[in-house]
Amino acid sequence: MSVEGVVQPVVRSAVFSMVHVPGIVLSGSKPRREIVHSKNGLRQQIVSNFRSFADAVAYPPHQVMLGNLPPEALSQIERPWHLHPMPNALPEGPGGRFIDEATFYAWMARGDCARLLRFNGNLPPAMETALAAHANGAKIQKIDKTAMADAIVNGAEPFFMGDTNPVGVLLPAHDEDESLMAPVLLENAAAKVTGAIALLDLLKKYNDLPVDHLLGCGEEAVGDRYQRGGGNLAKAIGEMAPGSIAGGTDVKSFCAGGIHAMLFGAALIASGMHRRVVVVAGGSLPKLGMKFRGHLQSGYPILEDVLVGVAIDLTADDGISPILRLDCSSFHRLGQGSAAHQMTDALSAGPLYAHHLRLSDVDRYAVELHNPDITEPAGSGNVPFNNYQILAAIAAKKGEIKREQMPEFVASHGMPGFSPTQGHIASALPYLPHAIAGLTTGTMKRVQFVAKASLFLGRMTGASDGASLLIERNPSLISHQQKKGG
Amino acid sequence: MIDLKDKLVLCLGERDGIAAPALQACVESAGAEVIYAETQCFV
Repeated sequence: MSVEGVVQPVVRSAVFSMVHVPGIVLSGSKPRREIVHSKNGLRQQIVSNFRSFADAVAYPPHQVMLGNLPPEALSQIERPWHLHPMPNALPEGPGGRFIDEATFYAWMARGDCARLLRFNGNLPPAMETALAAHANGAKIQKIDKTAMADAIVNGAEPFFMGDTNPVGVLLPAHDEDESLMAPVLLENAAAKVTGAIALLDLLKKYNDLPVDHLLGCGEEAVGDRYQRGGGNLAKAIGEMAPGSIAGGTDVKSFCAGGIHAMLFGAALIASGMHRRVVVVAGGSLPKLGMKFRGHLQSGYPILEDVLVGVAIDLTADDGISPILRLDCSSFHRLGQGSAAHQMTDALSAGPLYAHHLRLSDVDRYAVELHNPDITEPAGSGNVPFNNYQILAAIAAKKGEIKREQMPEFVASHGMPGFSPTQGHIASALPYLPHAIAGLTTGTMKRVQFVAKASLFLGRMTGASDGASLLIERNPSLISHQQKKGG
Repeated sequence: MIDLKDKLVLCLGERDGIAAPALQACVESAGAEVIYAETQCFV
């Protein structure tokens, strides 16, 4: 739908950086807290259950993240999926690429503008090779084992490559500032670097238009003691890209930040203020190993061993890419209620019915796409399935389908979860590469992206948040295909 | 079936399931007093 005088925004591409970081799992919030209090070799138990880079790449849900496998294919693979690795799996695909731990640490060195990283003087050969190949000429500062031990005693955060000896540490930036403690900085640096990898990969793919603005949508809190979390990671990510990017701003709303940022980016383009906006986010380090207890109890490998960054390319209409229906989007309003059915009614049915569309008119819904193999062993249920059940129930309540047709609605409009439990990343965004393909070269007409946010976790409100965005096949592409067809 | 009238209740909700305010509204309508209500997010 176009309105005269308004530029039609489109989504051209979404690129994910997937970084396999078992050594950083030990710095994840849950493992970090529990290892400190453990007296029974918990650390070694976790380390013994790490999987290899090859296993992480061949893991079927990760192949869906990379765009090498459609989400629906997971329904045909017996669970748990780690027992059924994909043969000849590639570490890259139309949706992004996989990076190993040594390469990630080299990128950390590349992004270490405050010069707080110190590497072990005696590094594994793979690490030396990665530093030489990917640190982009950054000065690598090495210290000996004694200096490293002293640094850790004084608040530095170690990072590992599988075994017990750290390959390096990140120093704290201040003696007393809690916002500049080393664990906080490691979290922020990991987000910056994983976001930058995705951004640079996107710019390699599309380098035709200058980027007018970056919108960060991660969940990290950058700042010092006087503005904890007030910082702007978008420009820090942009700084690692070649060329000049005009500006950057962070958009925060917990897990829903990505859809909020897409809506704001689309609005900047629709207003004519910008021609190209890239939504960026890095991965969530604290969530690594979040469900490790359930994985150990089930005899699974530690499945939360991947950081994920994303870069989403929004531009003015190119006549091909799917259009972003700002007129059929929705922000959760105060007073609409936070219960699951209220959120779904407000975010999914609300904007559709306002435009005389039914829930059944949407080909697919991208919701919270958390991988159930990660969440179910920890008792957290199958999150996407629960979301699709509610959608189907609303469709039944509105008379679109009969109650007994709910399973069919879930199967035809939903999909299995496949995303690492990376918060803002898992909230609908991983379906973008599949939706873009389905709405251009495929047969889909429209996809709704729905994200929810647990604002109450910050203890400043009891409310939730959410946002939705309808993405449709480009009308120019439809008329072109109709002419071609006959 | 449990009679909730005049009972003290802790409501622990879940974001993608039943949120604490919904639990609270239900048990209060049955005459219980909610002394603690919190919603958790498990992802």
